[in-house]
This record gives sequence, structure tokens and C-alpha cells, in this order.
Amino acid sequence: MDQREQGKAIVITSGKGGVGKTTTTANLGTALALLGKKICLIDADIGLRNLDVVMGLENRIVYDLIDVVEEQCRLEQALIKDKRNENLVLLPAAQTRDKDAVSEEQMKELILKLKERMDYILVDSPAGIEQGFRNAIAGADKAIIVTTPEVSAVRDADRIIGMVEAEGVNDPDLIINRIRQDMVDRGDMMNIEDMIEILAIDILGVVPEDEGIVVSTNKGEPIVLSNNHKAGEAFNNIARRLEGEDVPLMDLNNSDSILAKFKKFVGLS
Amino acid sequence: MVINILAKIKDFFTQEETTENTGSSSVAKERLQFILVQDRIKLSPQEMEEMKAELIEVIIKYVEVDKDKIDMDISREDEKMAMVANFPIQKKQE
Ligand SMILES: Nc1ncnc2c1ncn2[C@@H]1O[C@H](COP(=O)(O)OP(=O)(O)OP(=O)(O)O)[C@@H](O)[C@H]1O
Ligand SMILES: [Mg+2]
Repeated sequence: MDQREQGKAIVITSGKGGVGKTTTTANLGTALALLGKKICLIDADIGLRNLDVVMGLENRIVYDLIDVVEEQCRLEQALIKDKRNENLVLLPAAQTRDKDAVSEEQMKELILKLKERMDYILVDSPAGIEQGFRNAIAGADKAIIVTTPEVSAVRDADRIIGMVEAEGVNDPDLIINRIRQDMVDRGDMMNIEDMIEILAIDILGVVPEDEGIVVSTNKGEPIVLSNNHKAGEAFNNIARRLEGEDVPLMDLNNSDSILAKFKKFVGLS
Repeated sequence: MVINILAKIKDFFTQEETTENTGSSSVAKERLQFILVQDRIKLSPQEMEEMKAELIEVIIKYVEVDKDKIDMDISREDEKMAMVANFPIQKKQE
């Protein structure tokens, strides 16, 4: 028998909507697959599926997560192979069903099966604290909390940290998305240290605001696949940290700006 | 000479950077800390004030404290919540 190590299930969640869970899931999955890991992405946002679109795989969907748990098809039939990387598959959410169509028990069972054959299972959680969120964290070994540097998002992150810990998913990590260093510098955006201090949580990564994300979402190609994007680099770094590598947090000072270069030159940064 | 100019330029940029904390981020941080205290212990601002008042009453029975400088904060460490209260003791006026 093949005695391969069991994979790890990680849920990507946030509380507040629209902070970048789906973007993070798509990019971390792609980055880890590029590192040679076998990855399954699960879209747990039943009724509002998006991960397929961000991955550019929307035209390949035949079966979905609900079909699998209702045994309308075999698990293998529902797993969509990524266009670009053979290590990566996606289990899409059902678009026309309700989040109550799947239970926490069914999610646990599904993830256990996937852990047999994958290195990582990344679960894209819906926003909120309702059943959809509970389903998404059901089978998880670890949670990544995504937030943006805004009061409301950090507040929701705090709430979610308490909830995932209450469910026995301990030591969640934080990703701060959409940081704008220029705003941080002029004191109009909370900085990384502030947020870590307030949430008392380990930081897994910081992702800058990047127009390239919009372009990559338009094309259905995760930004980690294109070069010269800070956000792509940030996600690649996070993937390497998940793999246990010690990668320092990215320097977000825009090294291209003349002012930044000049500050460096006169020893200010 | 060159050094002098550089120092001046440096001054200019440093000055710009010291205005940092007047921005809205410090307001955000303060508000957030306050909101999270309420969220975490499910205590309304009013209840918090009441508790504070009662605590002060008890403490001033025994020691003299500087009422204006009392500071109470809830923080989370390793999944546990802790309330840290700081009552600066005033020197007894002779
Ligand atoms: N670092 C970034 N820079 C610029 N735009 C970003 C960044 N991260 C996310 N976005 C944009 O923000 C929007 C929301 O992102 P995304 O869909 O990943 O959030 P979500 O948390 O999954 O939302 P929902 O709660 O609705 O599922 C998208 O339009 C995305 O392109
Ligand atoms: Mg989403």
C-alpha cells in the first residue's frame, strides 16, 4: 500500500465579504501547485460560486460539490483539472442550490477522502458566520483569516478568529490584503504591526493593493502566473511559508518610485 | 557641503514623516481597540463604565488613586482573554 502522508486541509475565511478570500485561494493554490504540490481547491460558497471564474475554469464544469455529496457522480468526475498545471484540481460549488444542501458531516467526509490523495485542500469560505461558513471550516486542519486594513474588516476577523478556535481549528494565521504603502506612510491606513497587535495572531503574509489583480481576474489567470507583480510575489511568498520556508515579509515600499529610491539613497528607508 | 545639503534634504523628508500619526490610521486603531473590547467580552460601553465606577469605589476605600489616569483594557493572549486595569496610586497629601 502507498503510505503517503495525509494532506492538509486549510480553510480561507474572513467574516467580512469581498476582502479577497477567493483571490487568495486561487493564487495560493496555483503557487503551491507550481511548487510541485498536489492541490485541490474547494469552492464552498454554495449559490455564489466564483472560484471557477477566477481560475478561468468556468467552461469545464459538469458536476459540482453538491452532486458529489448527493452521490450523483463520483468524486473524480467532479474534479476539474486546471488548464495550466496538472497538480491542481478544482471542486466547484453548486450555483443553483442552497448552502443547506450540504452538511458539516458531509464536508468532513469529503475532505477526508481528498486528504488521501492531495497535499493540500484549500477551502474557499463564503463570507458571514452562517451555515456556509460552518461547512467551510468543518473539515479544516488550519484556518487562514483574510482581512483588509479597515476597521470593519479587522473587527470581523477578530470575531472569526474566536469562532474557528471555538470549533477546534487552532492557531489561525492572518493575511492582510490590499495594503497601500503610500497610505500607510502618510498615516491614513493601519499598518501591519497595529493589526497584528490588535488581533494577537501570527501573520502569514501581506498582499499589496495591485491593479494587476483586476486584470488577472478579467483573464481568469491567477496573478502568481505573471511576473513583475508585487501581489503575485506576495502570494508566492505565502505559499513558500506554508511549505515551511522562512521567507521575510515583503518590502512594500514601491522600489520603482523616484521618491523611494531617493529616500533609500539618503538613508531614510 | 554635500553632506550639508543631504542633511537638509533628509530633514525635509523626515519632517514630512513625523506628521505620520495625525492621520486617520491612529483614529482607526483606537476605535478598533474599543470595539473589540466590547465584542470580545460582550460588554456594552455603558456596562463597562458602570463596572469601572464600581471598581473605583472599591479601590478608593483602601488607596488613593488618580481617577483621571485609570486605564482598562482587554487583550487576548493565546486564546485567553485578560482584563488589565491600571490604577495609578496617588501619594498621600500630608
Ligand atoms: N490585492 C488586491 N488588489 C486589488 N484588488 C483586489 C486585491 N484583492 C482582491 N481584490 C479585488 O477585490 C474583489 C473581491 O475579491 P474576492 O472576490 O477575492 O473577495 P472574497 O473575499 O472572496 O469575496 P466574497 O466574500 O464575496 O466571496 C475582487 O474584485 C478582486 O479582484
Ligand atoms: Mg469569494
